[in-house]
Amino acid sequence: MTVTLDDADRALLGGAHGEAGRFAMGLLVRFADAVGAPSFIDARCSHIDGCLYHGQVSLDFVEHLVQLGGRVRVPTTLNVGSVDLIHPELFRGGADLQTAGARLMVAHEELGCVPTYTCAPYQTMFRPQLGWQIAWAESNAIVFANSVIGARTNRYGDFVDLCCAITGRVPNYGLHLTENRRATVVVEIEALPPEWEDAGPACVAVGHVIGRRCGDRVPAIVGLPASTREDDLKALGAVAASAGSVALFHAVGLTPEAPTLDAALQGEAPEETIRLTADDLRDTVRGLSTVPDGTALVAVSLGTPHFSLAEFERLVPLLEGPRPVVDFYVNTSRGVLEDLEARGWAATLREAGVTLVVDTCTYVTAIMRDLDGAVMTNSGKWAYYAPGNLGVAVAFGSLADCVASSRTGRVVRR
Amino acid sequence: MSAGNGFAAVTLVPGRAEAEVFVMAEPLSFWGGLDATTGEIIDRWHPQSGEILTGRMLLMESGRGSSSGSSVLAEAIRAGTGPAGIVLLTRDAIVTLGALVAAELYGASCPVVMAAAADWPALTAAGRLTVEAGPNGAAIRIG
Repeated sequence: MTVTLDDADRALLGGAHGEAGRFAMGLLVRFADAVGAPSFIDARCSHIDGCLYHGQVSLDFVEHLVQLGGRVRVPTTLNVGSVDLIHPELFRGGADLQTAGARLMVAHEELGCVPTYTCAPYQTMFRPQLGWQIAWAESNAIVFANSVIGARTNRYGDFVDLCCAITGRVPNYGLHLTENRRATVVVEIEALPPEWEDAGPACVAVGHVIGRRCGDRVPAIVGLPASTREDDLKALGAVAASAGSVALFHAVGLTPEAPTLDAALQGEAPEETIRLTADDLRDTVRGLSTVPDGTALVAVSLGTPHFSLAEFERLVPLLEGPRPVVDFYVNTSRGVLEDLEARGWAATLREAGVTLVVDTCTYVTAIMRDLDGAVMTNSGKWAYYAPGNLGVAVAFGSLADCVASSRTGRVVRR
Repeated sequence: MSAGNGFAAVTLVPGRAEAEVFVMAEPLSFWGGLDATTGEIIDRWHPQSGEILTGRMLLMESGRGSSSGSSVLAEAIRAGTGPAGIVLLTRDAIVTLGALVAAELYGASCPVVMAAAADWPALTAAGRLTVEAGPNGAAIRIG
């Protein structure tokens, strides 16, 4: 064992906080040794990605903690599960999977986790703040918390996230430390394609390039438009963390640790500079689609990561007009759904032919009715994973392209 | 470096395994990239898409992608479709955790070690590798 333990850690290992605390701390110590962390610090909050059912092991792990009387010690949010607990009729998978998936979600609630069931916990009341030391899982949540908020977490995964929540401790290494948050790669956008009015596709393209070319290094992006929204940065991070293992990026002038390029670089020189032309960005976006323009669609899927209220504010007016002729899904959180209900928008959306999916996501579970064809999305992350997960062909486009295509039943892009 | 008893490595998850080598051409996200029921690589962007990892000694420079990879790896090890062992070039928390939990819950062994960069060409060129990972360090032998 190489990690140094303090009194709090030893108390946990000694069972002062119960058998679950002892088990979780034991696993954390072995984890800290494996990643070379020298010590532990307090975590202010945790986000758990373990409520998506991946097989028997998912349930076995959580039921073990439940049986040991486990209880989280810090505010703990939950990522998506395998079923929409509010709209269970949407589930199209097997009954066994539905039962196990739902049990896994409820078992986490029994440990004291908050049933947020969203991959965008940073857009709930549990949003952490600049400088907080946190223990977060789910690759898009991690990159958003680090980059857009300036909270500090490593890429924690299933199991360790819950161990941190149960103990309230997190290993102090990697991105918890200021020096490791320094950008080492500069990504310079020379020009954006002038035909792209929306910053959305540009951010997805940049995110995809970063994922492919930066690995787990920290990039500083120069040249994103000032009109870039929080939700665009969310999309950028999500695809960067899918195509690579990016856990932190800086967007100069947009994110809190990068008021200037020099600040992002912490005064040092970058090891590499990547220059992106408008053609590079166009090529990247083209590469996200597996089918050409004009291909017949079976569905549109939006909201990966979960659609925010601000994104619905952009979608609702676009839907005025002809109804979609294909299935139209939007993934969001139950928290945002409450806001939509309060505004009367949920009814408007349903009347416009939209299926609102909460607690889960169309690319991780059996929700979509028709998978026999191409699906269009504005999410780089969905485009990245859905062909493998669901076996569908995918077309990527802007939010406006997705709505327009849903009306013609074919891929149309401006 | 190569010594009489093999290449020294760092133990991330203890255990012993001897298996045919599978060199990952690019890092793989187990979540979205590995089917735990069959052991097949299903990431269509991956150059080795369609190949089977079951029972192989997986050589992977680094991990990648979704943090749910730990669960998929643990489930594959539980189900007997996972790799026999994993040799990394850089520490990876997601891979480590998956193998650790499979060991903790089921006693299923899939040792994970970190090799030295200087040894990587020799290891990736080998047909079979034996990994012995103990609490005080690991050794990798060719054959």
